[in-house]
Amino acid sequence: MSESLTLGSHLTIWIEAFVTLALFSFLYKDNPIYKFIEHVFAGLSAGYYAGLIGQSVIYPQLLDPLYSDFGGNWILLIPFGFGMMMLTRLTPIGPIPDLSWMSRWGLAITIGSTAGIFLISQLHGLVMPQTLDTFASFGRAGNTVEFAMAILTLVGVISTLVYFYFSKEHVGVIGRVAKVGIWFIMVAFGAQFGYTVMGRVSLLIGRMTFLIDKWIVGSMGSMFN
Amino acid sequence: MKRTVPIILAIGSGAILAIVFFLNPDFKLLFGVTSDNIKQEVLKWVTIVSGFTLILGVVSIFRVNMKAFQQKKTDRWYKMVTIVSLLAMAIPGVFPGPATEIGKTLYTYLPDWIGVYGSQNGIIVSWLFDHLDAPMMATMFATLAFYIASAAYRAFRARTLEATLLLAAALIVMFWRVPMGEAVLNAMSPDLPEWINTILMRGVNASVQRGIIIGAALGAASMSLRIILGIERIYLGKT
Repeated sequence: MSESLTLGSHLTIWIEAFVTLALFSFLYKDNPIYKFIEHVFAGLSAGYYAGLIGQSVIYPQLLDPLYSDFGGNWILLIPFGFGMMMLTRLTPIGPIPDLSWMSRWGLAITIGSTAGIFLISQLHGLVMPQTLDTFASFGRAGNTVEFAMAILTLVGVISTLVYFYFSKEHVGVIGRVAKVGIWFIMVAFGAQFGYTVMGRVSLLIGRMTFLIDKWIVGSMGSMFN
Repeated sequence: MKRTVPIILAIGSGAILAIVFFLNPDFKLLFGVTSDNIKQEVLKWVTIVSGFTLILGVVSIFRVNMKAFQQKKTDRWYKMVTIVSLLAMAIPGVFPGPATEIGKTLYTYLPDWIGVYGSQNGIIVSWLFDHLDAPMMATMFATLAFYIASAAYRAFRARTLEATLLLAAALIVMFWRVPMGEAVLNAMSPDLPEWINTILMRGVNASVQRGIIIGAALGAASMSLRIILGIERIYLGKT
């Protein structure tokens, strides 16, 4: 495997190994190499999203339709105008005075439309199906275990909702239900924490596998053999 | 002009999208335009305007770092590294790809080697992402494994019933999700891994997730209603 590596592949593997080790070096302490790579990472990520938006939104949804059929798509000049207004947030620049208030127009369209979508989607797409399924699980229960699970789910949902209900003081019955809610929430957060740790460890194993298999055995091995 | 127009725009765009949901998609509103046409058009507008917000963010990163570099602040050379990295990825990234209409015309006039730019079949963007950005992202998250473990060691003390529940659930899941742990559980009882999955993950965890989802969705819906009714105006800022 390692015999067939080209010079370009060797270089790529060494660069990857360098950035990986540079980032891991922070585990010892903050250092200039880590800082350098950290800033490269920040810049590349920001640049990647700029390209992503250009290729997935600005060209296909705005510039291409305007370029290929301006007469049929002239209405797109309106969102283009609102988009440009967003960029007035960057003013004042040189001779251009402060026009940042204009960015509110584009922001208002975005916020308003998102609110319109959310108002329906949150209720229709999340609250209703999740609530319905909580009760429907009783109807689907085919044995005692499934029925017990349906009860457990109902108690968990209600107690969690009560715990996050802060418009009434958590005393008396509400306080006791909220206490049960905390127990449920703690178990769930613990389980999610466990999953998160496992995910991170998987990534760590992935990076270690790269360093050992590709860098040390693959690249270094073929260079020194 | 500075406050009234944005409020009208927010109310108008929000109300249109909320109302058209209840209309027949083929219902003709004005000039033969159907409610579905309006919905799709507004959604397209929002996507385009949102795209500009991200561009604004990227330009802001450039400006802030350039300003810090020009003012000769501490670590200014690191700011320059950020700028150079940003440009190295952004310039080929925003260059029209060969699949775009503009790109197709452009490439008839430009030499073939220009095709290395643009993210469609781009060599530069793909290389930078595959061999720098993605490994760095994976390593950054991998380092968190150490910090999570260290934080957990300090924070997870079984002092109260709640903390004990958190600790026990985390330990059970971590033990269950590694092959050796699952093998031990299987040796104890073949049904044990499935019981953990049923009670812990599909029972307690799913019910809490459901409760949080319902609560957050109700909050988002009520906030949306406040925006559409013009009650919530915090997005306009102070002045």
